[in-house]
This record gives sequence, C-alpha cells and structure tokens, in this order.
Amino acid sequence: MTADKKPIIIAKDVHKWFGDFHALRGVSMEVNQGEVIVIFGPSGSGKSTFIRTINHLEEHQQGDIVVDGIELSHDVRNIEKIREETGMVFQQFNLFPHLTVLQNVSLAPIWVKKWDKPRAEAKAMELLKRVGIPEQANKYPGQLSGGQQQRVAIARALAMEPKIMLFDEPTSALDPEMIKEVLDAMIELAKTGMTMLVVTHEMGFARAVADRMFFFDKGEIVESGTPEQIFKSPKEDRTKLFLSQILHH
Amino acid sequence: MSEAIMKPPLAERQTLLGWLRKNLFNSWSNAILTVAAAWLTFVTLRGLITWVFTEADWAVIQTNLRLILLGQYPIAQVWRIWVSMLLLSFLIGNSLSIWGKGKTSTRFTIGLVALLVALAFVVSGPSRTWLLAMGALLAAGWWLARGAGKAMRSVVGIGWVIWPLIFILLLRGFGDGGPLPQVGTNLWGGLMLTFMLTIVGIVFSFPIGVLLALGRQSDLRIVRWFCITFIEVVRGVPLITILFMAQLMLPLFLPSGVTIDRVLRAMVGITLFSAAYLAENVRGGLQAIPKGQYEAAYALGLSTTLSMGLIILPQALRLIIPILVGQFIALFKDTALVAIVGLFDLVGIARTVLAQPAFLGTHREVYAFISLLYWVFSYAMSYVSIRLEDSLGVGKR
Repeated sequence: MTADKKPIIIAKDVHKWFGDFHALRGVSMEVNQGEVIVIFGPSGSGKSTFIRTINHLEEHQQGDIVVDGIELSHDVRNIEKIREETGMVFQQFNLFPHLTVLQNVSLAPIWVKKWDKPRAEAKAMELLKRVGIPEQANKYPGQLSGGQQQRVAIARALAMEPKIMLFDEPTSALDPEMIKEVLDAMIELAKTGMTMLVVTHEMGFARAVADRMFFFDKGEIVESGTPEQIFKSPKEDRTKLFLSQILHH
Repeated sequence: MSEAIMKPPLAERQTLLGWLRKNLFNSWSNAILTVAAAWLTFVTLRGLITWVFTEADWAVIQTNLRLILLGQYPIAQVWRIWVSMLLLSFLIGNSLSIWGKGKTSTRFTIGLVALLVALAFVVSGPSRTWLLAMGALLAAGWWLARGAGKAMRSVVGIGWVIWPLIFILLLRGFGDGGPLPQVGTNLWGGLMLTFMLTIVGIVFSFPIGVLLALGRQSDLRIVRWFCITFIEVVRGVPLITILFMAQLMLPLFLPSGVTIDRVLRAMVGITLFSAAYLAENVRGGLQAIPKGQYEAAYALGLSTTLSMGLIILPQALRLIIPILVGQFIALFKDTALVAIVGLFDLVGIARTVLAQPAFLGTHREVYAFISLLYWVFSYAMSYVSIRLEDSLGVGKR
C-alpha cells in the first residue's frame, strides 16, 4: 500500500452516452501506482461503465484517458497495448467454458505474449496455487463453484502480468459463503502492491485495503476520500444516505 | 447385512411378461394400439419381404453393380479407388478406437470387418482381395490406435482433412502418360460421383459458410453488404435453378473456347448453395454466445481474430454440430439433383440402367437399391454426429 506519487491512470472529464442517456458526466480521476481504489454507488450510477472505459470495453465519447502513458484513442494498437497491461475480473466470471481451468489461465500468455506452453502452464499453476485451487487445474469451469470460478478468473487476469487490475463487482454474483474466499484473494493481491480499481459494495474490503474511495451517483463522482473520511465523516448528503442504506440493512 | 443391496420388487424386474405388460399392454387403449400396430407392421413387412425374396428380379443390380458404384470409370484405373478406400478404412479404424465408446465401439468395429469379409465372399475376382485388405486395414487401424495419446488424435484428425484431397487427386490423376493418367470427369459416375460431390460440397462450403457468417457481422460495411446479398440471393433460389444456371447460363458469359468442366460447375453450384445455408446456421451459433465471452477475450488483450478463432467459434460450432450434420446429410441427398442437369450420379446412372432394353420395367429394384445406398450413408453420418456430440460433451457443460 505504499503508493508512489506517480499517476498510472489519468482520466480527465470523461463523458459517455448510451443513445440519449448520459451515463458518465465528466468523470476525472487520477490513480497512482500501487493504489487500491474502491468505487461504490447505487446501481446505474456509472461506476461499472467508468472502469470499463479504462480498458475500452466501453468507448468514451469525450475527455481523455491515459493509462501508463498510453493515450486511449481509436487506434487499435493502443487499445490492445492497454488491454495487455490491465487485467479485468467480471461480475459473471466469464470463464471460457470449453477450456480447462489451466487452459483458461495459460491461453493469453501463449497467444498474446507468445510464451511457450510449458512456461505459460508453469506460470498458470503458480497463480492457481496463489489463489488456492491448484487441484482444480484440469477441470472445466462448469465443474467449479462460483467462488472457485471467480478465483480462476483472477488468476487468468494475473497471468498476463498486468500493471493494473480492474474488478467489476467481483462478488455480486456469488453465494454469501463464497464471498470471503474471493475477497481474501483480492486482499492478498492488494498487499503485493498491485494497482487496483474495484467496483464493490463490500465495505469490509474497503476498510481493510482501500487507499481512497470514490462515491458515484448519476454519472458523477459525488465524493472521494480515504476510507477513514468516507466512513467517519462523509460530507455529502447523498453519500450519507447511501452508506446508511448499505451498512444498516 | 444392513449394507445389502435392495432389489426392486418382483413385479418391477425385467421379465418378458412384466416388460410386455408395462410397456405395451398397460391399458385397454394401448393394448388395442399395440395389436393394431403389430398387424400393420406384419402386413407391410410380409409384402416387402415377399417382394424382395420372390418377386423382385435382382439381376439388374448384379449386372450393373459396377456401373452403379463407379460409373464409366476405366477398369484399368479402378485400383486408385481401392487404394483410397484402403486409406479410408484405416482412418475409420483409428477413429473408432479413439472416439468410439468402449464395448459398443469394439462390437461396431468387429461388425464392420465382418461385413467387409462377408462382402468379399459375395463378389469375385480382384474385388475380393481388395475388400479383404480393407477389412484387415480397418482392424489394424483400430488395433494400432488403442490407447493412443493426444498426438495420435491430431494425426488422425489431420488425416481426415487431407483424405478427401488425396481421394480427388488420385481419382483425377495428372497428364496423359505417367503412372496416373488423367481420368476425365465425364467418366465419373454412380455412387463415386455422388460421394465426390458431397465431399467437395462439405469440405469447401464449411469454411466459406463460416467466413460468410463472420462477414455478415463485420463492421466493414462493404463486406457486410456483400455477405448479406450473397446469402439472401442464394437462399432465395432453389438449388436446381442454381445448377441449371451453372450448366446452361455460365457458358454464355464465358468467352468462346473457355470451357469449365461440367462436374466442376455442379460442385461450385452445390458448394455455394450449401455455404449460404451454413452461414445462417453458424450465425445462429454465434448469437448464442454471451457477450461476456467476447469481453473476457478482449480484456485479456486477444485481437478480434484470436478471440473469434480461440473463444467464440469453437463454442459456436460445437453448439451447432447437430444442425451442421443435418445440413450435410441434406447436401448428400440433394446431390441427386445433378441427374436433372445431365450428370451420372447415383440417380443419373439409375436412369441409364433403366433405359437398357434388357432391364425395362425394373424401376422398383433399381430405386429400392439406390435408396438403400443413400440410407446406409446418411445413417452413418448421423451416427458419427452423435458420437462427435458425445465426445465433445455438447449440452453437458
């Protein structure tokens, strides 16, 4: 959690429309290397859309995004370069069901980084050990529990040795008893100094490892600050209301 | 003894009478249906069996068997067909032991070998030796591929891809002299021509159809419009009109002196027709793949081509195997239409056989025989499809 003061992600006045719907209304954010950022807010607030613009799964229509010095534009080569440096974990896991766990994790290093197969598989096994499921390597995703699948998804993203990890509501589709195993893997990752942007409502996770938190509502950043500030003395009414709703249900 | 296996109650056990009562006579209405169906089957089968064994005159098939199977292919060159069949037997043997299912596969293999040996004793002359060799190679292929690893699997897979090419090149030959003189396609006929049209149709329409399906989803407008136009035009026209166009209209557009082989023209027609339908089936498969699969692939840094080739297409094609095989069976049977434009495939040959003065009025025998041939090979394709689905686990994960 020792953050160098070197921004690795710079987003300036980012706008995004879905048809007539203004989903992002001028979002600006700078993330330093090694920082863990938690983004939270009501559904439809644009938090997922925002982190998806960072690896260009959604295209922003106005404003600038620079990731590790690479400007995100229409240039396909830039987009692919940025995607190689950012890993992403999805709400629905999105593992490849026709490939084994080991193949899921080693696929991208083999085809994108052009590693030879033994090297990629060794790396994959190392990562599977790290997320605690090396014994599942030769199973298919459909044979795993939700929590195991999400840990495979984390290993798959890490296999590309990314500089940034994006988590889009990684625990929202999980049964309650499986949330912890996934959060533990994420906390362990945060402690290694990985730059992480996490969209989540797991406030325990935020308290444990977040450096800064951003509250999104209606396509804007309403408030930001350290977990201490956000939990103890939120400034905005909308933040207070939302926190009271998710903390005291 | 608390662990003793409990047996089902006596009435539920598999006795013949119990089975009959449970399945055929479990109510008055079912009992009546059973009796009626049994009577109908008996009457039909009695008619058919009487006809097959006492009334039909199979001399027409015996005399013309060569013609029906091989058309006018020169006798001196028939060994090339046999050599292709030997390779095919070996491949089938390999595949049965690699992808077949345990005992069923063993029985199936033994059955096939027995069938080949039995056939060998029905025929005479060199065909007997060739058939026995086919049986031997099938058994050898089966034996050799037992307990084969992944490497062997891919070798056999590649074998299946290159066999059709070897088959076509071997049958066609090169130049006039040399060990493999060219045999013009005007001499190709019978079951062999039907096979040839089917194989070429499948081998070429598959990649073209996949490309058309991808092109239809392309972001490039020109590519997309071209694919949509092609698919919709071809699908809006009956196959027979395409074959007529290829045979009768095409020469009008070509400069005089340029001629394209008639069989080749039919192949092109069938391939393009099948490709248009295949494209729509593949599109259906592509639509069944969730958006998250594309996103996960892109997020890992895979290019569009790699995402398609490694993630999307393998899943989409696996989903549509039953539809694809159905289409290939339809293609196999649709090749019969080339008889109308004057080629001598199974149906075309049947018509020339029926025109022989010695065998006038033997329509029933000839058409019954070629129907049997069509059925045997359609069923074989269907069986392969089911095994393929099993081994790839369609619908299981």
